[in-house]
Amino acid sequence: MSDEVSAEILTTHILDLAAEGKRLDGRGPNEYRPITVEPGFVTTADGSALVRIGNTAVLSGIKLEPGKPFADTPNAGVLTTNAELIPLSNAIFEPGPPQPGAIEVSRVVDRAIRAAETIDLARLCVTPGEKSWVCYVDIHCLDHTGNLIDAALMAAVSALCHATVPAKRFEVAEADYPLAVNHIPIECTFVRLGDAIVVDPTFDEERAAQGRITVATDEVGRVVAMQKGLVGAFSPDDVKDVVRRAFRHGERHRVLVKGGTP
Amino acid sequence: MYASVLGLLSERPPVVQVIPLSGRYIPKPSDTVIGTVADVQGTFWLLDIGAPRWAPLHMTGTPWQIEVGETERFLRVGDAVVVQIESLEATGRIGVTMNGEGLGKLDGGTIVRISPARIPRVVGRNGSMIDTIRRLTGAEVVVGQNGRVWIGGTPEAIHRVSEVLRIIEENAQHSGLTDRVESYLRSTTPTGGQGPEEPPHEHAHRDAPPRVLNSAEPDEDAVAAEDEPPEPAEPGEH
Amino acid sequence: MGSVGAKEVPVLLSPEGLRIDGRQLNELRPIRIQVGALHNADGSAFVEWGANKVMAAVYGPREVHPRHLQQNNKAVIQCKYNMAAFAVDERKRPGLDRRSQEISKVIGEAFESVVFAEEYPRTSIDIYIEVLQANAGTRCAGLVAASMALADAGIPMVDLLPAVAVGKIAGKIALDLKKEEDNFGDADLPMALVPQSGRLVLLQMEGHMTEDELSQSLELGVQGCREIYEKMKQALRERYATGPIGGSA
Repeated sequence: MSDEVSAEILTTHILDLAAEGKRLDGRGPNEYRPITVEPGFVTTADGSALVRIGNTAVLSGIKLEPGKPFADTPNAGVLTTNAELIPLSNAIFEPGPPQPGAIEVSRVVDRAIRAAETIDLARLCVTPGEKSWVCYVDIHCLDHTGNLIDAALMAAVSALCHATVPAKRFEVAEADYPLAVNHIPIECTFVRLGDAIVVDPTFDEERAAQGRITVATDEVGRVVAMQKGLVGAFSPDDVKDVVRRAFRHGERHRVLVKGGTP
Repeated sequence: MYASVLGLLSERPPVVQVIPLSGRYIPKPSDTVIGTVADVQGTFWLLDIGAPRWAPLHMTGTPWQIEVGETERFLRVGDAVVVQIESLEATGRIGVTMNGEGLGKLDGGTIVRISPARIPRVVGRNGSMIDTIRRLTGAEVVVGQNGRVWIGGTPEAIHRVSEVLRIIEENAQHSGLTDRVESYLRSTTPTGGQGPEEPPHEHAHRDAPPRVLNSAEPDEDAVAAEDEPPEPAEPGEH
Repeated sequence: MGSVGAKEVPVLLSPEGLRIDGRQLNELRPIRIQVGALHNADGSAFVEWGANKVMAAVYGPREVHPRHLQQNNKAVIQCKYNMAAFAVDERKRPGLDRRSQEISKVIGEAFESVVFAEEYPRTSIDIYIEVLQANAGTRCAGLVAASMALADAGIPMVDLLPAVAVGKIAGKIALDLKKEEDNFGDADLPMALVPQSGRLVLLQMEGHMTEDELSQSLELGVQGCREIYEKMKQALRERYATGPIGGSA
């Protein structure tokens, strides 16, 4: 459970532990909580996945509908990403229109998917300038115990990997076919706790953090998105360090994202 | 017409109420609880004790001499305290006091949260469980009836007590819990012996509360004021 | 809720009197209830009911936000029913719509009828229902999930609230419609029952029924609610017997 007010001594304790290379839950600074990926959780979606990182749970669903390409990209399909950080998942979220936190998660996930060319938007074009598929990536946060961004992108990408283009249902083609996925971006989030930079922060660690940094990498060695958040700062050497670590975590998490067919 | 329908429901006849495994703390008079300052007003603080409402702690309910408007020099938002439930009013107001043995401000250490329903298991019969935990870890432990447990001592001791709390929370329905806890603690005693190990680092507790979160130091007044209140009584009791 | 591509009316009732999924007219879909499915909420439950997947969480009693909603003599009960964009065949635009707001209101009022709100003056009990996958009957599944979440949060109530919808398919009164039956049926009548008193605290109706059919529907619905009630109590017993805090979700 998360308190509305965080106790100062908890923050101090987290920072003391970090100075010794330790963490509240006994993890090492470069260790993730257990991760599970459950593709096909929602059958009403054209693709879906429930991802858990520790007790954080994020569900993503893909919907593909015929629409119109944007005027400036007449030969490409349309991709939109939306994250719902609902009050069911944590007392810090309020009902109503998306708050800046939700918009940030949406945009950081969207950037990684777009920049990694996760899906080939050209192949989602049906008739240039007139008809193309619109691919909606919706992210629903169910339980927020820290590190939403990594869970959100894993859920989104896993859902895309297991998505079907409903071409028959919309009478665009004779049969449905799997959505083609080119690259798989994985995001890896770190927070600064004193001099330590730890991966996969819990909710309490995020509240104690003096800066957060997210690095998205793909399987061909590209950094495809970054985001520094919260109050705090990182040196260029810190950034190089987390990029190196992000590539290593990315390799392992990519296997989880792809693995297991519904 | 509202008879209890389940063995697991509470004994209060007109009400269907599960003995909650999660759920918030419902205050009872004279309970000792651990709270966090959520708001500071001119003559009182509002404490989050995990109850339905924030509990006001009036400045007269402390051992300190405080002038009106000086409350923030003694306790600030985020500070942790041990208080006792003094009164429950029909309006839902929860009165608390910091006057009494074992009550006061908490410095250093950390707070772990478990379900309030599990607290009796943490204490054990006649305090047997909590005594075992203290004896085998060397940690200071304050048990709040509201499911918040303060642990002071070395990081190692704090970690071991946290693990024990997790074991109790997950196995509260099982018998032989004391044995289970004792065997965990004996198997993890780093020295292999019975007693707690010597702290490898300076106690992060009370004497030197480290405050490294904000680069901005508390203003001088606040620092001075922190020396002023008497030390909270030894929080070893609950 | 129209379903894209489904143009022909399916055969809703076989000559043997069986429904499209093989059920009898008075038969419920399978229901699975997991109490304590979330980690931050004060109480939570996940309900899989046929092809519905619904999560509910309860926060509170807690301080009221916004403060002007505070009531001096009791807790305010605020319910938010929401549907994920991907929960239905045609993507639902995220955010509150009129349907969700209406359902939130009637579910909230149903709980106000059974929760002992006067035990917690000036507080708020917030109920959040998230439909993750919809296949007709989501408000009933949501009500059942929320009821379990309230119990999980230790909030005193007159009783748990089982709920179910009754409808009319191929001229017959049927219990617990699934999507195709709802889309092509003649009527839909969701209800929530207080088992101890035998009274209904949620009741809606859409479609057309004769007076006799309505009486028959009410009886069938109450019977269905009592069946669900047993499943709800069983889920609580299971949680109590085995439940480590924080199950799998």
